[in-house]
Amino acid sequence: MPVNFMPTGADYLRILPEIIMTLGGTLIMLIEGWLRENKKRNLAALTFVVFAAALVAAVVANGSPGLSFSNMLIVDGFATFFRVLVIGVGILSLFSAVQYLKREHAESSEYYALLLFSVTGQCIMATANELIMIFIGLEISSIATYILAGYLRDDKRNNESALKYFLLGSFATAFLLYGIAWIYGTTGSTNLETIRIALLNPGSGRSVILAGTAAALMFVGFAFKVSAAPFQIWAPDVYQGAPAPVTLFMSAGPKAVAFAVFLRVFMTAFAPITNRWEPFVWSSALLTMIIGNFAALMQTNIKRLLAYSSIAHAGYVMVAIAAHNQIGVAAAMFYLAAYALMNIGAFAVVTHFSRQGEKFVNIEDLAGLGWKQPVTAGLFAIFLLSLIGVPLTGGFFGKFYIFKAALDANLVWLAILGLLNSAVAAYYYLRILVVMYMKEPGESMLSLQPVGAGIGATLWVAAVGTLLLGIFPGVLLTFATNSSALIK
Amino acid sequence: MTLLDAVIFLPLLAFLIILALPKENHNAIRMFSLISSLAIFVVSLGLIGSVWSAAPGKFAFETNQPWIHTPAINYHTGLDGISLWLVMLSTLLTPLCVLVSWKSIDKHIKQFFAFLLLLEFGLIGVFCALDFFLFFVFWEVSLVPMYFLIGIWGHDRRIYAALKFFLYTMAGSALMLVAIIYVYNQAGTFDYTKILAGLQSGAISLSSTEQLWLFLGFFIAFAIKVPLFPLHTWLPDAHVEAPTAGSVMLASVMLKMGTYGLLRFCVPMFPNAARECAGWIVILAIIGIVYGALVAMVQPNMKKLVAYSSVSHLGFVVLGIFSFTQQGFDGAVYQMLAHGVSTGALFLLVGFLYERRHSLDIDAYGGVATPAPWLSTAFMITMLASMGLPMLSNFIGEYLVLQGSSLVYFRWTVFAALGAIFAACYLLWLYQRVFFGKASEDLTHHMPDLNFREYAIIVPLILLMLWMGTYTQSFLAPISTSNAVLLGPIDARREVHVRATPPRIAPADRELANAR
Repeated sequence: MPVNFMPTGADYLRILPEIIMTLGGTLIMLIEGWLRENKKRNLAALTFVVFAAALVAAVVANGSPGLSFSNMLIVDGFATFFRVLVIGVGILSLFSAVQYLKREHAESSEYYALLLFSVTGQCIMATANELIMIFIGLEISSIATYILAGYLRDDKRNNESALKYFLLGSFATAFLLYGIAWIYGTTGSTNLETIRIALLNPGSGRSVILAGTAAALMFVGFAFKVSAAPFQIWAPDVYQGAPAPVTLFMSAGPKAVAFAVFLRVFMTAFAPITNRWEPFVWSSALLTMIIGNFAALMQTNIKRLLAYSSIAHAGYVMVAIAAHNQIGVAAAMFYLAAYALMNIGAFAVVTHFSRQGEKFVNIEDLAGLGWKQPVTAGLFAIFLLSLIGVPLTGGFFGKFYIFKAALDANLVWLAILGLLNSAVAAYYYLRILVVMYMKEPGESMLSLQPVGAGIGATLWVAAVGTLLLGIFPGVLLTFATNSSALIK
Repeated sequence: MTLLDAVIFLPLLAFLIILALPKENHNAIRMFSLISSLAIFVVSLGLIGSVWSAAPGKFAFETNQPWIHTPAINYHTGLDGISLWLVMLSTLLTPLCVLVSWKSIDKHIKQFFAFLLLLEFGLIGVFCALDFFLFFVFWEVSLVPMYFLIGIWGHDRRIYAALKFFLYTMAGSALMLVAIIYVYNQAGTFDYTKILAGLQSGAISLSSTEQLWLFLGFFIAFAIKVPLFPLHTWLPDAHVEAPTAGSVMLASVMLKMGTYGLLRFCVPMFPNAARECAGWIVILAIIGIVYGALVAMVQPNMKKLVAYSSVSHLGFVVLGIFSFTQQGFDGAVYQMLAHGVSTGALFLLVGFLYERRHSLDIDAYGGVATPAPWLSTAFMITMLASMGLPMLSNFIGEYLVLQGSSLVYFRWTVFAALGAIFAACYLLWLYQRVFFGKASEDLTHHMPDLNFREYAIIVPLILLMLWMGTYTQSFLAPISTSNAVLLGPIDARREVHVRATPPRIAPADRELANAR
């Protein structure tokens, strides 16, 4: 780096979303002191404004793509896609959280600020072109999420969730960092492009082995973050214990962006040694799908069920990575967007339904929801059908593109086993539909309030998005395809 | 926008309108469903003329609009002589199903009729789609409303039956999806007509192993739907537990999705593989025919009896298709339609009985003919049609199938013919136990004869059975034309096959020759 390095205007433009959100988050923490107790809700509105501004900034930044800050950051279609996605996830999770926090009498600025910081970290990850930046982004995002998971300090489940997430997450991050150290030792750089070039002309067989080890270590770190087998054990406990809107957020945003860096690192820096990591990703994908789906069959708690389902869905995205082709990248991008929408929708229903203190989180409690609140149940049915992968929903097209990518890469068995897995998965999603529509309403229906504005908005946005992605997938897919070439 | 597009999308429109109607106003919902489904039927009548006059190998009302650019997926639909009648069957049965559900569905009325119309949308779409992706979309879309129809409005074990139905089909379609994507990767298109032309001209070449696996991928999905023995176990459960309208749509139209798929896709696209597997498939079909009939004979439950009779009847269809003869193909399609009409009518009549007595057990009846003579007459005619009595619809189908298959597998055909005899046994026995004998006081009391609504349901179907059984040509002509086109690739191969084999000597002759 030159000593007299001065960032240009374009450099600032390219990290404008991060700047806006960092400032916004800090501002929110500062002004809380001046606000009276009953005005705290205005902070949510401010958070929304910050998110909206960041969203606009992310779109504007896409107008001037390129590298900035000495090649540490890159703004390209891929980065913009994930920036918009995680900011969108942030907005939707904010909508659900407002109502939740009011219900639990726990409104405070911390929640909003942490949410902003977490999304900031994710945006950095999405744009990072360098391993240290990835690490920094990951830490910003993760630490904020650890705290969010334990947001209700007096709730035992929240505490358990946060502690588990923190301990295991730190452990996994250590692996990632160790991997980064190895690759730096091997290639002398942390820049993805430089690493790739170094690996294209390995001086000796030894450096390939060293790079392979580094890739394996980093794989552990990423696999943990995306909850891919065999590093998925934390997910059900953490998802179950965390506040419902936080689970909603965790299962969509951090996961999507973890996949983004996974893809970027493995498809650029480690592209030259693809044949070495492909079998590992292949087996991990299969294992993830099988563990997620079969474990979900036996769950009675809906948060836990959705946690296992999110593991299974991580497995489908791993299939796209195993395909290691451009169409696989596009498929993964599309799938993550569709997955975020349908999963947010499902967790928003859970947030609504669980009521104060999250008393109603068993599947059986949903009995009769289809007739008590037909609209909510109808939207939930759309999310579930999308998670099953029924056509005309985003989930179906996502799966379709992923398995198409797998077949393009000649992974015929992985495609067959994956699709059969999705038939198994149909069972546990259908069980929820069964309970909702085919069982008589029980006591759990008595205290059910109508859906509030915040959760209602989340539900409708997610449902319309899911259907749009299912009926007109072309727009998003074209964008994903155009930005799927990660090696420039 | 062609007339066909209107027929496809009107049910979807009706579905959306029903969703918007207030749920308390039951009569408005019923009336709207009836009027809209009747209107769809009337519109669909307009399809007939153009299909009749379409040139062989051409689809009438073809629409080909891009839907998604990459991968290129088109909204490509069209009708030929085979799909025409299956679409008509769907549009005819939907208003009848609305009528039969008029009184018998008493909870969640709005959702019931909405799902019925959504089901019609899916079913019509399946038969019109000429793009594999579109076909798959409709194939799965039709699954969802049926799942709800069985699961919400069914009988006691409805949840089990609905899940089983969904999961069986889902497992099959997973394999089909892999096959579809594989074909796309080889051909670069999902378009059925282009793929078929490419495969026949050799522009798309598949090795024989690939053909075999692709054939099996499609075949298993279709065989589950048909259902072919031994994949039929979901069917009795689904039929018995479904409400009357669900059973009718399931038996009359939904099962035909499987046989239609076999005829339209499996056989013409992979003729070599089809021929390779034909022996096994024919054996399974004949086992299905005989087994279905035998199991039907011992059922104490009327719906279960009719369900197993479907397994038997659909076995004939598969037998006809895998005989690869014009007669076999024609018979198969005719049998699909005849089965649709006659078994649909049987389920409706069983539904009438159930509405009166709230039991499906044969034992709960006896002597129904005395208090309800017209109901008994209608049942009699329908039953005779289902048995395959000449002058009624099923006879034509079964006869053509048997003739077609006897050209190729004479000895096996004998066993298939047994199935037709067994059909007479179980149906006549059923009739005897339910309608003859002395009616108990209690039964007489609860057994009024057909009312106006029920006449309106059953009379059109009975007339149709008579028409199909006597003036066959009015249905068969377009079917034969389209079948001849589908038969092209596989028939051509057959001639080569025959020429390549030395003249066969029957075993008996060979022994004689050896003895000399």
